[in-house]
Amino acid sequence: MPQSSILKVKNLNVQFNDEKVIEDLSFEVKEREIFTILGPNGAGKTTLFKALLNLIPYKGNIIWDLKSPKVGYLPERLSRAKFKETPISVREFFKFKESSDEKIFEILKSVGLEKLNLDKNPGDLSSGQFQRILIGWSLIGNPQVLLFDEPTAGIDIGGEETIYSLLYKFWRERNLTILLITHDLNIVYKYSTNVLCLNKKAVCSGIPREILTPEILERLYGTEIKFYKHIHT
Amino acid sequence: MSQFILSLITAIFIGGVAGYLGSLMLTKRMVLVGGPLGHLALPGAALALLYGFNIFWGTLGTIVIGAIIIWLLEIRTKLPMEALTGLVFTAGVAFSFLILPVAQAEEALIGDISKIGLTDTILAIILGTIVFLIIKKIYSKMILSGISEDLAKTEGVNVKKYNLIYLASIALIVALEVKIVGGLLTVAMLVIPASASRNFGRTLSQYSFGALAIGIISAVLGIFIFKFISFPAGPLIILTGTSIFLVSLFFKKK
Repeated sequence: MPQSSILKVKNLNVQFNDEKVIEDLSFEVKEREIFTILGPNGAGKTTLFKALLNLIPYKGNIIWDLKSPKVGYLPERLSRAKFKETPISVREFFKFKESSDEKIFEILKSVGLEKLNLDKNPGDLSSGQFQRILIGWSLIGNPQVLLFDEPTAGIDIGGEETIYSLLYKFWRERNLTILLITHDLNIVYKYSTNVLCLNKKAVCSGIPREILTPEILERLYGTEIKFYKHIHT
Repeated sequence: MSQFILSLITAIFIGGVAGYLGSLMLTKRMVLVGGPLGHLALPGAALALLYGFNIFWGTLGTIVIGAIIIWLLEIRTKLPMEALTGLVFTAGVAFSFLILPVAQAEEALIGDISKIGLTDTILAIILGTIVFLIIKKIYSKMILSGISEDLAKTEGVNVKKYNLIYLASIALIVALEVKIVGGLLTVAMLVIPASASRNFGRTLSQYSFGALAIGIISAVLGIFIFKFISFPAGPLIILTGTSIFLVSLFFKKK
């Protein structure tokens, strides 16, 4: 079944002051893809998400073809500390987007937090629970596309696997397209349908197992990635 | 209507709304902004006392002019906002001491509720209610943008527009406060109820409406104490608030 395009990016350029952060980037995301953006720190990954969400000025074309205008977004390093500073309960955090208690409970249940005390401050939860809350929050309103920027930063390995299998579950159950920023090659091999290697420009793009050769990874990160072989053992 | 009732109603409206607004300012770590703004009100108060017009218009006038000057200087000089604020508000204070009649200095500095007339009360009721309704409408959106501006923007919150509304509300409330607590103490009506409520409240609604309630309670108690001992009401309202804050320490969780 041919998939229809959901996002087309053509000749995208982003510049902060005199520094070019993204140069002449073009790519396409099709419906139902798990599209990973891979690249070293400072490669422009987060900047790319912000441009896609129209949060920063850019040059070039970004064309979304969505049935509903809703896009779920999970920014990088949304901190628990920031929540702790604010006297806000989990319930109130969800009420920003969803007023029905029933639906809030439904979403919490889907991320495995049905027993959570809704009067707690999200900042007081464990890092894994906190991340589930954020994933749940991004799913409110049934978005067609999710943009997740390193959803497991600051979570231990066990917790990381849980978060990704949860995301994978949502991807299977709902008609979702996921754009994901991650550093974790394991995750890319296991879950991604497509990958874009970004280092200001596109270094490679395609199906992970076909294009992520040691040579490409070395070009992308500027150092030999030993991890690659480990994957195939 | 008796003077006492007028000042009580005025203080209830201004104290409550200042507390509510202050709770939002505290989460954005902006509560001290109320200090320099209050000081900017001093030259306005001085001019009003000198030429015999309502203090509110004088204070609002110089707060707005001062804020515009700070804004223009920032664009022109790129100096940090805090340096420019310091520069402008101290110039304002210095200027007001040159022209302020000594006999009326106390009223400008710490307020005088016995001078509150029907016009002041009506202004406090109307403007206080408007600011309260506006802040109530934008409250949760401002909180969300405080947690993550990107998240708020993707939810369609126009952060720039809301910031402007929010700053205008602060200017209005500070200008209203001068009548009650004077130009020196405006920051207290913003920071104390919010800080105390922070110790009592766990959720956003407990916290924000708690600050509103504590603002009202401080105002009412302060004015009643003023009725029995003839110290100025402004400082009494503030100290009542401070006492409530001290009590709140016993309720603080963890």
